[in-house]
Amino acid sequence: MERKEWPLWEVFIRSRNGLDHKHCGSVHAPDPRMALQVARDVYTRRMEGVSIWVVKASDIVASDPDAKPELFDPAEDKIYRHPTFYKLPDEVNHM
Amino acid sequence: MYTQALDIPQKDADERGPRAVESPAYEAEFNARIDAGEFIEPKDWMPEKYRKTLIRQISQHAHSEIVGMLPEGNWITRAPSLKRKAILLAKVQDEGGHGLYLYAAAETLGVSRDELYEALLSGKAKYSSIFNYPTLNWADIGVIGWLVDGAAIMNQIPLCKCSYGPYARAMIRVCKEESFHQRQGYDALLQMMKGTAGQREMVQDAVNRWWWPSIMMFGPHDKDSIHVESARWGIKRISNDDLRQKFVDATVKQAEVLGVTLPDPDLKWNAERGHYDFGAIDWDEFWSVVKGDGQCNVDRIAARRKAWDDGAWVREAALAFAEKQAAREKVAA
Ligand SMILES: [Fe+2]
Ligand SMILES: [Fe+2]
Repeated sequence: MERKEWPLWEVFIRSRNGLDHKHCGSVHAPDPRMALQVARDVYTRRMEGVSIWVVKASDIVASDPDAKPELFDPAEDKIYRHPTFYKLPDEVNHM
Repeated sequence: MYTQALDIPQKDADERGPRAVESPAYEAEFNARIDAGEFIEPKDWMPEKYRKTLIRQISQHAHSEIVGMLPEGNWITRAPSLKRKAILLAKVQDEGGHGLYLYAAAETLGVSRDELYEALLSGKAKYSSIFNYPTLNWADIGVIGWLVDGAAIMNQIPLCKCSYGPYARAMIRVCKEESFHQRQGYDALLQMMKGTAGQREMVQDAVNRWWWPSIMMFGPHDKDSIHVESARWGIKRISNDDLRQKFVDATVKQAEVLGVTLPDPDLKWNAERGHYDFGAIDWDEFWSVVKGDGQCNVDRIAARRKAWDDGAWVREAALAFAEKQAAREKVAA
């Protein structure tokens, strides 16, 4: 029999105002409205959130784990991007 | 952030791309990451056996959560008070949620929800033997919370540090909720123990029936279950026997406070070992339940199958509606 699964949605939840939405899992649902409904039932039964985003999993573009070296290693030797790189005189070092 | 179902074609094993390629160099790199305590994420290369082991374990775990809703669901309409009914509803809903977190984690390994579900319904996939025992009276609900969820917590806490990221994250969520399950069960029993002699007898009877199946939940003895790879890959970090011992040690005191006897004449403190000794487990019973001859195996699968079949038209209608709406919006735009 030909079957069609409900599409997969990734769920992001803002746990309280002032914080970012954070990925927390995924759900299957036929449309955006039901995806929100299901995400609410599955991921916020204990006041874990004040806002939910759902994004169709197939719409997310992700970096390739094999590309990790060329994407992220270049940042490794740029220590001058961190405040701790600069040693200032003691009297002003808490700047 | 991880996403799932991306770049994971589900057609053919050899079309699955680099993750299916067995390569000693990749495997050495993978093992080094495990040794360094790193997490493995869905799109990372992994040995095929690691992937398969995880799919089997996570889906069995998900099935157990979903089937586990049935014995307790049996008492929702007959809970003795509105308070206990609300608590039981919340607990059973949690178990459904646990199943969903876990199915989603398994799907990141490149299997579909329907495949997993069909494996349960066809009997190909297993679920925890404990849920093939019947819930005969209200005290069973309390004892399930106390002992069955208690044993589940022992098993699940080490999984929060499992090497596979999505599984570990799902388990952290599950463990946070399980503590409520165990405490509400114990609380319900405490209340019954303050009641009539008949109520106390009900509690003792339920403990007598659930104790042995509960300690069987940890699975066969270490000498009979080889998990070398699971241990090597950071999937199973504590052995069956060690977990079972921890559970027995923790439970004795709880039974004492409750005022019930655990039905094992050989249960006694061993000062030399620093642990409680306990009697021999009836492994014939365990295996017969696992293989399908428990009291409720047939009912449990029949109930899941009925829910799945009866829901088919809803799944189809919702999808058809969504497609129609999407087509209309396209025309309007
Ligand atoms: Fe659970
Ligand atoms: Fe539970």
